[in-house]
Amino acid sequence: MRVFMLGWEFPPFITGGLGTACYGLTKALDKLGVKVTFVLPSVVTDQNTTHVKLLSPEGIKDILKTQSRLFSNIKFHTIDSPLSPYDSAEVYKQRIEWALAQKQHVSITKGLNLEQLTCGGHYSGDMYTEVHRYAAVAAELGLNEDFDIVHAHDWMTYPAGIAVSALTGKPLVVHVHSTEFDRSGENVNQMIYDIERSGFHAADVIIAVSHMTRNIIISRYGVPAEKVEVVYNGVERDNGEWTLADSGIKKDEKIVLFLGRITMQKGPEYFLQAAKKVLEVMDDVKFVMAGSGDMMHRMIEMAAGLGIGQKVLFTGFLRGEQVRQIFRMADLYVMPSVSEPFGIAPLEALGHDVPVIISKQSGVSEVLTHALKVDFWDTDEIANKIIAVLRYPPLNITLRDYGNYEARRLRWEDSANKCAKIYEQMLVSV
Amino acid sequence: MASLVFYFQVHQPERLRHYTVFDKSSHYFDDHKNSAICKKVTNKCYLPANRLMLVLIRRHEGRFKIAYSITGTLLEQLERYSPEVLSTFHALAETGCVEFLAETYYHSLSFLYSRQEFAEQIYKHSEMMQRLFGQKPKIFRNTELIYNNDLANFIESLGHFDAILCEGADRILGYRSPNYVYRPRGCSKLKLLLKNYALSDDIAFRFSNRGWTEWPLTAGKFSQWVNRVNGNGYVVNLFMDYETFGEHQWEDTGIFEFMRHLPEEILRHPDNNFKTPSEAAACYEAVDTIDVPHLISWADMERDLSAWLGNAMQSNAIHELYRLERQIKALGDSTLVQDWRRLQTSDHFYYMCTKYFSDGDVHKYFNPYDSPYDSYINFMNVLDNMKKRCTPPKIAGTQKQDKAFSGEQSGAYLPG
Repeated sequence: MRVFMLGWEFPPFITGGLGTACYGLTKALDKLGVKVTFVLPSVVTDQNTTHVKLLSPEGIKDILKTQSRLFSNIKFHTIDSPLSPYDSAEVYKQRIEWALAQKQHVSITKGLNLEQLTCGGHYSGDMYTEVHRYAAVAAELGLNEDFDIVHAHDWMTYPAGIAVSALTGKPLVVHVHSTEFDRSGENVNQMIYDIERSGFHAADVIIAVSHMTRNIIISRYGVPAEKVEVVYNGVERDNGEWTLADSGIKKDEKIVLFLGRITMQKGPEYFLQAAKKVLEVMDDVKFVMAGSGDMMHRMIEMAAGLGIGQKVLFTGFLRGEQVRQIFRMADLYVMPSVSEPFGIAPLEALGHDVPVIISKQSGVSEVLTHALKVDFWDTDEIANKIIAVLRYPPLNITLRDYGNYEARRLRWEDSANKCAKIYEQMLVSV
Repeated sequence: MASLVFYFQVHQPERLRHYTVFDKSSHYFDDHKNSAICKKVTNKCYLPANRLMLVLIRRHEGRFKIAYSITGTLLEQLERYSPEVLSTFHALAETGCVEFLAETYYHSLSFLYSRQEFAEQIYKHSEMMQRLFGQKPKIFRNTELIYNNDLANFIESLGHFDAILCEGADRILGYRSPNYVYRPRGCSKLKLLLKNYALSDDIAFRFSNRGWTEWPLTAGKFSQWVNRVNGNGYVVNLFMDYETFGEHQWEDTGIFEFMRHLPEEILRHPDNNFKTPSEAAACYEAVDTIDVPHLISWADMERDLSAWLGNAMQSNAIHELYRLERQIKALGDSTLVQDWRRLQTSDHFYYMCTKYFSDGDVHKYFNPYDSPYDSYINFMNVLDNMKKRCTPPKIAGTQKQDKAFSGEQSGAYLPG
């Protein structure tokens, strides 16, 4: 079984759940013996860290080559493109302007030819045109590869998926990690919606990460129900090494953690409102917002405005070991998402023995039973539950132990198995 | 001789309302929900079943007998929401063919935590049986048939009980049959009646299960099984939840029809009869001693206490609750004491059970909460409010204040 997979991010270049999901799934498919050609955009401008490096396409290829040695069946291809999964059209514009400026600077200082760096392609100034340009380049790549199935993740790759599938005649499966309704509420961007819709209709099979997402696809995009399958995400069990911090030395304050992109979809303002209510009853607790995003500055102001500024800490974007550290310090993890198609982060929290409170409006609440569930808007109830977990050790312990056990049963191996079965069914009907 | 001894457990808890850490009211119970459920069970079970029992008792002219154990918690709700049910129970009492058993008024686990409270609840319950039905109970059953030697000895020491009931669990019987009367270990007068769980559960659980090899169960078939006990035992103790009739087994399963024909099928065999638990205890001698050093119950497959005390939350909640006993009783506020007692109903802890939670089973079905964690949080919030009612607010001493302002303190922080 050979799959031409159009993805987004791959470690170490991760900005959110999409990259984590692609990684987990691909790794598990690799173990099953499925051969994957993984295509991703290659201009990675790490907006989220304080010092930004421009990675040349060669540099990226080297890093990915090291990665591919870890996998027996995976090949990487990069397409030079500044597309990034969480950008809006405006942010995209800023990014390529920045990227082009950087390249010019580099070429001047190092005397390199600009053409060499851009690998023969010119970025489009506007995101939608870039998406279609990317599709054209991907289609060319596809013609030179040998595979049975095309697998595209989230909207930016759908035109590429459609193009490759049309040119090669191979069936297309489209993997929905989020829809425009999750990201933007009711103010959907019509162009993105149209791309999503055309992707859904062109695909032979659609994979949704939860029943919640499946329902949105069926009801909002006019897709027949038989076309949509549900494959839940899994979670990597990667706890790093046991350090002195794990020895249980107590700190005097409790820590309640929000970890994720600080954007409307994740409900950060509900987190802060609940925090205020908690602080009216309990004093020895700190709230940590780990992550960055378009609402971060507004949240900093909101915390100050609510009068809880000294109790709320913003860490900025965390990766790797920092994420593990923050989980180890946390007493409780809260995910007040407004609309979360799945939500891998609570599973990671449970893997680090942190009990979780999750929004009922999330895909992961379909699979977790040992978690506290709330409606994202019900900040009284969120506060009620936070206080209970912090006050009553038996609740904390029971949620932690059972939750950890439950999270372990959600493995990428099972997701990969389901995908492989879906692939097989698709080939039979072709 | 096969004497069928029917005993029906009749109970509904008073459920708590949604109570957050921000709530300050001392009204803890969800009257709306409790009344709705009470009325529903009244129509589906209590009224039709009571009427059926009355018909059967009259038809068989005193040869059909049954027993009930009705909790105080339910009786209070019936008084408030469905008084017509009480009049049917009165009618049953007046037939002379119905025995009322004793248990803890609040369907509590108090035996495990406070003998004093346990005895008070039994007394209160027996007193209510006397007042409502004109009977002083002689047979005792503990909440959910929780039982051990210790319990039996305590009950015997109270002096006015003839027999006690428990689950006929395999591990205490060994090769022996539950169809005899026994003596609890350590007792000299008290007798022990053990539930025949196979036959009881055939009616209470398996009755409507089409996958069961014996489905459909008819009165004729069942009485054949009972007949086999002849020569092999004296009593067939059929102990079950009264809600078997209409709630656990819905009317359309034919459960009422089954019961309607059962007495005549049983009585067809001249050696069979029906006895109340008192009659059975009086009629048959104890054939052996049963030793139950560890606590057993009639709950789940395990037949132990894990349904109420299986995890840290349950154990913590119950300990915190009983810790308040002395304080609450000392304050002499009868409303506070009553609220405290209503929190003792075992159902509150049953809802916190995490056994099989992921698999979603019978625990979940009767659970008014979305999850055991929600139930624990709710209960502890209520308990917290109750604790505050126990400690009167401290009046800030003016002396203390002056000292603080005058700066004479060494800097030590005075807790207020």
